[in-house]
Amino acid sequence: MSSETMTLNLKIWRQKNAQTEGKLVDYRVDHVSPDMSFLEMIDVLNEQLVRKGEDPIAFDHDCREGICGMCSMMIDGKAHGGYKNTTTCQVHMRLYKNGDTIVIEPFRAQAFPLIKDLAVDRGAIDKVMMAGGYITANTGNAPDANAMLIPKPVADEAMDAAACIGCGACVASCPNGSGMLFMGAKISQLAVLPQGEPEAPRRALNMVHTHDGLGFGNCTNHAECEATCPKGISIEHIARMNREYLKAAFTYHEKTRSEGGA
Amino acid sequence: MVTSAMNHYCKSSIGRKQLIAVTGLLLCGFLVGHLTGNFLLLVGPDAFNIYAHKLASLGAVLYLIEAGLAALFLGHLGLAIKLNMENMKAKGKYQQKTRTGRGTTIASQTMPITGLVLFIFLILHLCSIKFGSHYETTVDGVLMRDLYRTTLEYFRSTGATAWYVFAMICAAVHTSHGFASAFQTMGWNHGKYFKNVKRLGLIYAILVGGGFAFISIWCHMKGV
Repeated sequence: MSSETMTLNLKIWRQKNAQTEGKLVDYRVDHVSPDMSFLEMIDVLNEQLVRKGEDPIAFDHDCREGICGMCSMMIDGKAHGGYKNTTTCQVHMRLYKNGDTIVIEPFRAQAFPLIKDLAVDRGAIDKVMMAGGYITANTGNAPDANAMLIPKPVADEAMDAAACIGCGACVASCPNGSGMLFMGAKISQLAVLPQGEPEAPRRALNMVHTHDGLGFGNCTNHAECEATCPKGISIEHIARMNREYLKAAFTYHEKTRSEGGA
Repeated sequence: MVTSAMNHYCKSSIGRKQLIAVTGLLLCGFLVGHLTGNFLLLVGPDAFNIYAHKLASLGAVLYLIEAGLAALFLGHLGLAIKLNMENMKAKGKYQQKTRTGRGTTIASQTMPITGLVLFIFLILHLCSIKFGSHYETTVDGVLMRDLYRTTLEYFRSTGATAWYVFAMICAAVHTSHGFASAFQTMGWNHGKYFKNVKRLGLIYAILVGGGFAFISIWCHMKGV
């Protein structure tokens, strides 16, 4: 542990609920160790607030090791602080200097209604996933591992997309509030794998239509999401989704009962 | 939900984006044709006037092409306006700091502005050249419109030339994002070739924007 601690000036977005107006409030937090994570620094501030009898700052967090996707903050205008492949919980205070001023705001987008302070409702992401981000095929017992051969590059490509933790940084940093990167990642991941391929057209159509109805914006290829994504997911996956969607829109037809369908 | 997929395509974000992308790329193609024709201004009055006369003599076919172009422009514009209005709403009331340099570029952020400049330019351009002053000349015994004179007369004004050059800078900025962006939207992005698509878009923007601007300045110098 480093013995030197810092004092930081924070400007944190405080908002009681979605109905009231919010504003940036100035806080001073002392005794911040450079070894602390960003969230631990806010813990320290919250302890100070609780001791003073004030309302602590509400913020989302869970695993604190960069895999759950819960932590969500705009640090100085950048989702997760804007460091490469880093979630807020992995941002360490050694990146800041004594006396720095840090602006902390919630992930903002029309699709993410604010709950309180820095906590927003990212349920829209789950709704898009529920529209098709899975495989429904009955696979029976666990098959032999070698029965379904998947070339290494394909598996890698799918894994790159599967790395999405659904944090919503892509939506928050998109100038259009679009959810194309996280949706593209899921559609792309399942489209390249033999297990997901049979349902690919229906998945693309259902997920995209659900996305559009939830208040997300349209992608205009700024690629801000790619620069922000804590898992480094490429917009190539958005391109694959666009391909999948185009293909599905022109060729997919689900048979109705009268046509002999189920 | 799924059975009416095609119906949904034209309403969905991706479907409409792809329509913007395709119309945009076709308009990029139109600009190449237009620029090629403009270079005949450098050859001389007769070459340019014969070319313009040939186009005008296409009759019904020309009207069909013009109607197609108008549909492309208006479709591109209408869809893009709707898309931008939805996006402003989706971002909500509070805008975070601009993040130029990480993903967004000046070109990507100013697409609506450069697009609107080009739309205004297009209307004025049609008024001042196509529907501009009418002169006649005879080349090889054929009576035809002297469009060369109309053009040079128009560019005699420094203000008109400056506005034209400004609009062409907007066209270059607009296409420098739009060209590669259209490929991404259509799903044609792969690590293997996308860098070259981006380069091609940049080269296209510089050559086409620069080409038009160069000819306008040449006309200005020639006409004074």
